[in-house]
Amino acid sequence: MKRGHRWLGILLPLLVVAGLLLYPVITDNESNRETSFTILKAIALASSLNILLGYTGYVSFGHIVFYGFGGYVGIYVVNELGWSIWAGLLVGGLASGLLAFLLGKAILRLRGAYFALATIGVNEAMKAFANNFDLFGGPIGMVLNFSVYKPYGGAAQALSMTFFILAGLTFAALIISHLVRTSKFGLSLQAIRENEDAAEVMGVVTPDAKTWAYVLSAIIPGMVGVLFFFKNGHVEPPLAFPLHASIELLVMVMLGGQGTVLGPILGAFAYQGMRGYLVTSDFFKDIQLSVSGVLLLLIVLFIPAGAVGWFRHRIPSLRRVLA
Amino acid sequence: MSTILSIQQVSKHFGGLQALLNVTFDLPEGQILGLIGPNGAGKTTLFNAINGVYPPEEGRIIFRDKEVTHLKTYRHARMGMARTHQIVQPLNDLSVRENVMVGACFGRENMSLAHASHTADEVLEFVGLSPRADQLAGSLNVAQKKRLEMARALASRPYLLLLDEVLAGLNSSEIEAMTKTVLNIREQGITIIMIEHVMKAVMNVSDRIIVLDYGQQIAEGTPEEIANHPKVIEAYLGDPKLAEKLMEEG
Repeated sequence: MKRGHRWLGILLPLLVVAGLLLYPVITDNESNRETSFTILKAIALASSLNILLGYTGYVSFGHIVFYGFGGYVGIYVVNELGWSIWAGLLVGGLASGLLAFLLGKAILRLRGAYFALATIGVNEAMKAFANNFDLFGGPIGMVLNFSVYKPYGGAAQALSMTFFILAGLTFAALIISHLVRTSKFGLSLQAIRENEDAAEVMGVVTPDAKTWAYVLSAIIPGMVGVLFFFKNGHVEPPLAFPLHASIELLVMVMLGGQGTVLGPILGAFAYQGMRGYLVTSDFFKDIQLSVSGVLLLLIVLFIPAGAVGWFRHRIPSLRRVLA
Repeated sequence: MSTILSIQQVSKHFGGLQALLNVTFDLPEGQILGLIGPNGAGKTTLFNAINGVYPPEEGRIIFRDKEVTHLKTYRHARMGMARTHQIVQPLNDLSVRENVMVGACFGRENMSLAHASHTADEVLEFVGLSPRADQLAGSLNVAQKKRLEMARALASRPYLLLLDEVLAGLNSSEIEAMTKTVLNIREQGITIIMIEHVMKAVMNVSDRIIVLDYGQQIAEGTPEEIANHPKVIEAYLGDPKLAEKLMEEG
């Protein structure tokens, strides 16, 4: 936390994302762009989850609810009300932030396993709500009119644009993650993670700090949801609220190293790479989720600090670079 | 001297157990008050009531002319009350300096990170932990963790410091060093309440002592008065007149 090195830790993460952004541009290949899109999306979501899981120490098993809810709200205003994608992104992000604020007031007083269970409940409740809410199309969801892509020069242009917006959101997620980590607010979150009672005695206003961490971890996923479903062309409940995606995010954060800026990036990279291999392999394609289950088990048992944490512990001189 | 803390008729029970009953005293600014009593007498419960961890059911607690009885514990910290824990509570995965910075950042002066880092180095120097500043708090030994507790509390620049058994588990040279530190803290104008079992130390540093037994104040006075108080001897050793009484009855 010494000055001068403050910006060193964010360097590597930014370079990785810049690489992912440039890779399809330089190769000029649409299939590469899809690969990059998937990884960037995972990085943005995992980095956001890390604010709650890694810095604050609260395990959320239902973080994908913010992605789904933000996506639904954003797509609604874009498709049904005819707003621009920019307005849709903003509204989707704010909607998720607001949902997190209200939820936080209610469930952040729970600790440990009780909080984790509550987050699963919230995700399932939201899925049931979307299934029955006519404004959002009920179980069928919403299919985007082709006309919404027109202002952006047609569907092909719009698709390419979503990639660049996603890269922007991912940069934003990393910068937020870094700012939180190196701020006084971040110190209060880390104190809560280490010992919530002691933090409270030392003057950390824990209910407020936890709520803002939750809100901050929800906004970017909401915006990513809007973007993904805008690109996807339709949104429906099982696509928006898949419980297994929440668990995959947990695996990514824990694999790379919770509580660090770089960790979720490495985790997202490694996990998506592994998943890409598994779903195309004849043997693993039907059981790829059980592989991530086993992976989570192994991480928790043998490297609970994740890859970055492990390296930081073994090689202290790397601490400045691996933030 | 003005009163910094006023405890008025404070009572607290856990189920059927009366942990505190009508505890009442005023603490003048700048004093060291020793709080002693047998195990389970309610000393730590009184600390928890004073700094808002478990608010009392009855009675009022006035800190610097403001009622704080039912405020949350983080409000107490902001108002200038700090404490150490009997069972140390380090933030294990943060460095020693960061631990102390938490105290500085969220205490009375609400410092910025840079200011807190500076204050942390100062306070660590004062309690003798400077060489360990960059170590993880979890890697300290018990005596060092006790000093860390104290450093965190001091970094918040408190008016009132609650010390819960900072000497327990220390060897005699460590006790001597810690006792000096406590006296130095008072020199800075900080009022102290200390719970202690090490009698020699508490008798040496306290201006005044209160004895609790089964949640009640059984005696109050200077260290000399307390040492010769029959009720205190009875609470610790049993009734000193018991043998005589039995002889008379026989």
